[in-house]
Amino acid sequence: MEWEAVIGLEIHAQLATKSKIFSGASTAFGAEPNTQACAVDLALPGTLPVFNGEALRMAVLFGLAIDAEIGYTSVFDRKNYFYPDLPKGYQTSQLFHPIVGTGYVDITLDDGTIKRVGVTRAHLEEDAGKSLHEEFPNMTGIDLNRAGTPLLEIVSEPDMRSAEEAVAYVKKIHAIVTNLGICDGNMAEGSFRCDCNVSVRYKGEEEFGNRTESKNINSFRFIEKAIKGEIIRQIDILEDGGHITQETRLYDANKDETRPMRSKEEANDYRYFPCPDLLPIVIDDDYVNQVRATLPELPDARKARFIEQYKLSEYDAMVLSAYRDLSHYFETVANTADDAKLAANWVMGELSKLLNQNDTDIKDSPVSAEQLGGLLLRIKDNTITGKIAKQVFEAMWAGEGSADEVIESKGLKQVTDSGAIESMVDDVIAANQPQVDQYVNAEPDKRGKMIGFFMGKVMQASQGKANPGQVQGLLKQKLDALANG
Amino acid sequence: MLDKTLAELAQGLATGEFSSVELTQNYLDRISAEDGTLNSFITVTPEQALAQAEAADQRRAAGNVDVFTGLPIAHKDIFCTQGVRTSCGSKMLDNFISPYNATVVEHFNQAGAVSLGKTNMDEFAMGSSNESSFYGPARNPWNTDCVPGGSSGGSAAAIAGGLTPAATGSDTGGSIRQPAALCGITGLKPTYGRVSRYGMIAYASSLDQGGPMARTAEDTAMMLNVMAGFDPKDSTSLDQPVPDYTLKLNDSLKGLKIGLPKEFFSGEIDPQITAQVQNAIREFEALGATVKEVSLPNTHLAIPAYYIIAPAEASSNLSRFDGVRYGYRCEDPVDLEDMYKRSRGEGFGEEVKRRIMVGTYALSEGFYDAYYKKALQIRRLIQQDYVNALSEVDVIMGPTTPHPAFKLGEKNSDPISMYMEDIFTISLNLAGMPGISVPCGFANGLPVGLQLIGNYFAEERLLNAAHQFQQATDWHKQTPGQ
Repeated sequence: MEWEAVIGLEIHAQLATKSKIFSGASTAFGAEPNTQACAVDLALPGTLPVFNGEALRMAVLFGLAIDAEIGYTSVFDRKNYFYPDLPKGYQTSQLFHPIVGTGYVDITLDDGTIKRVGVTRAHLEEDAGKSLHEEFPNMTGIDLNRAGTPLLEIVSEPDMRSAEEAVAYVKKIHAIVTNLGICDGNMAEGSFRCDCNVSVRYKGEEEFGNRTESKNINSFRFIEKAIKGEIIRQIDILEDGGHITQETRLYDANKDETRPMRSKEEANDYRYFPCPDLLPIVIDDDYVNQVRATLPELPDARKARFIEQYKLSEYDAMVLSAYRDLSHYFETVANTADDAKLAANWVMGELSKLLNQNDTDIKDSPVSAEQLGGLLLRIKDNTITGKIAKQVFEAMWAGEGSADEVIESKGLKQVTDSGAIESMVDDVIAANQPQVDQYVNAEPDKRGKMIGFFMGKVMQASQGKANPGQVQGLLKQKLDALANG
Repeated sequence: MLDKTLAELAQGLATGEFSSVELTQNYLDRISAEDGTLNSFITVTPEQALAQAEAADQRRAAGNVDVFTGLPIAHKDIFCTQGVRTSCGSKMLDNFISPYNATVVEHFNQAGAVSLGKTNMDEFAMGSSNESSFYGPARNPWNTDCVPGGSSGGSAAAIAGGLTPAATGSDTGGSIRQPAALCGITGLKPTYGRVSRYGMIAYASSLDQGGPMARTAEDTAMMLNVMAGFDPKDSTSLDQPVPDYTLKLNDSLKGLKIGLPKEFFSGEIDPQITAQVQNAIREFEALGATVKEVSLPNTHLAIPAYYIIAPAEASSNLSRFDGVRYGYRCEDPVDLEDMYKRSRGEGFGEEVKRRIMVGTYALSEGFYDAYYKKALQIRRLIQQDYVNALSEVDVIMGPTTPHPAFKLGEKNSDPISMYMEDIFTISLNLAGMPGISVPCGFANGLPVGLQLIGNYFAEERLLNAAHQFQQATDWHKQTPGQ
């Protein structure tokens, strides 16, 4: 019998509002502990929540982006439990009436087929603070800066059957929320994190197996590893005749394994009930249509447009359409240089390489899209060669100026003077008699390949600046003249 | 000076008969002399009061006067006051100095009022006798062996005893009206959402409503002018225009339709109270009102429904008192769970713990539908009862309480009989409508309260009716013998 994994995911996306979901305190990341926690976030006696309408707009935008039902009346509920970084002793969430109902996203599998993954619901809630265990021996520090940051919890159907599918789904949701501008998507800072529910069963069975939940995994790679590991762990147990305990597990990236979280003596009873401090959120078609009007182009639509408009390959279009900033950058380069294929190669090649090497976000690229477009124009008009262009690009990255400035100051302009090129070609032919003899004596259909040697020598002599087309033409002309006597 | 109403004191300040500093000092002296017995204040703030009085006198000298400039009041210790201990009657918050002002407190400060201090109350407003206060019970000035009622018992006792001319209160199931009745003063619970709850420590959020307590309806109208209004910090406050509540006080009651719910005149009720209330109704008839019987058929369900909804909300509202950020923390906790258990076990009193347990149970998985959801259904029925009755009449009247003030300790061992004291007040919180209690006579030398109930936002009409009654009677002018 063959095993099959069943995977459902809960994604917590921090919404990119300026202030918190129920207070006016800032949501900016990285401030000194407890400097961004106001009286409401501290749950001082007598304080009351006031709902941030921006979080509503963002949640509705997400719902529209995944073609979901929108909750015209949604209600905040209290989820009651005690924890030191949960100041009120309850988390304000939405259990019974979420703002976003059922929707879906399509993911592309490795074999190119499209799979539809259902989204059960997405609801608004508040993030908790952080407990700091390291810095205080025998004590726990509490930082409430994060407390009250708006979260959109996106719950999938158990539709995924492998870790790869799960990662494709997470990447898709990640691309959607970042494209919508409702989440910064920064997984390292915890702005986007994932709980993975995993169970296994024999293929063809209807019933789900007992599932485990691995919580708060914050990288695509860890999600994949945690799920793969968990699937193997469960299969091993079952094949040994064991039983899967329904439990919450913690993924340890250092050891690459999940382990049970401190087991609760009894199941939590969260005693959900509607929060009496907040009114139900009631929205109408006018509101939804206003939000719909602001819906930006999403990755799937953009990919199709890139293929259509720029004649990109399926792969290039997929890569370049995934993120708004990347797409925008690419399009600016393509339009500036009036050459989409060249722009795609450079953005996915040299630019991505340097961004990755320097761990830099494309928004912060030291070379702007317009500047890169300008560089490509110089390739196209034969001012420089593609090879020299890489050198120019690195100088631009280092802040040495625009393409034209770098080409000028470094004297990298391509040599197109046919007299100068001809004399270099003559020199190379004169200095490499054995190779010339080989060429002359070779079968005519083998000669094409042999020209590369002379090309290299000439380009070397010109420090890469000679126009390769001209060089090749002249070499062929002169060598063939020798061969043909 | 100490038996005067706010309106009279405002007149005295305006004519220069006395300054705010003199007035304030008089009340502070009176508190020093009498509060050892009455225990109506948890915290007295003489320095702050005199500084505010001084500022008010200067403001008056500069011609920059508000109606409330220089008038002393006291705040129930449920309202957060910046820089002053705000205990909510609990050991849990005995060490809590609020870093901010409740909206109601802020409004009074801006109006130029002088705050004498913070009044005693049942712990977290849970109680009908003031006996659950960590600071010991306040006593009824009419008979110091008796309770002043609760939970705003300190405010009521302080006013009746002449320790302050007026005070703020809060009413979740009768906590303004019941002590007002038991102490022979006037107390108004406004429409839910009329007065901001921001900074008023929550007991049961969907029922809590702050309101004024004073000697007369006119005084409570003056106070409501300061207290009422939309507050962007309270999502449940209502964005409705605030009239000048003093403007219609003198309108005639001719043609006023009064409804007497038959359920308020039967069952477990002291006949002396019924008699006094009936006398009061005749007074209204003499003023031109007409009377008819109405029915609030679900009245008997109010207490059971309330004792699900209020504890359920309380069990969640009081979770923030965990010993982590402020308030009481037990000594030397061995671990987190120990800290929670002992901080809350030692910091909360018996009644509070009882209600937290009841509420926790009612919300538990498997019981939610049977208790909480059912109680919400009853709440809607009760609300509909009032809507129906008030479609026939302008004002509903009846006794505020079934009995006059009882003895300290008398009902302590029997929570249910204590809960029953709120039988006539509690349903109004479930319905969200306004009600006012005014003195209307005595039973065994103890004050009796008449309750007037109106439709949503009918405070003006209630105050008008109550004021006209007080123009025709002098029950509100009676003071306990010294």
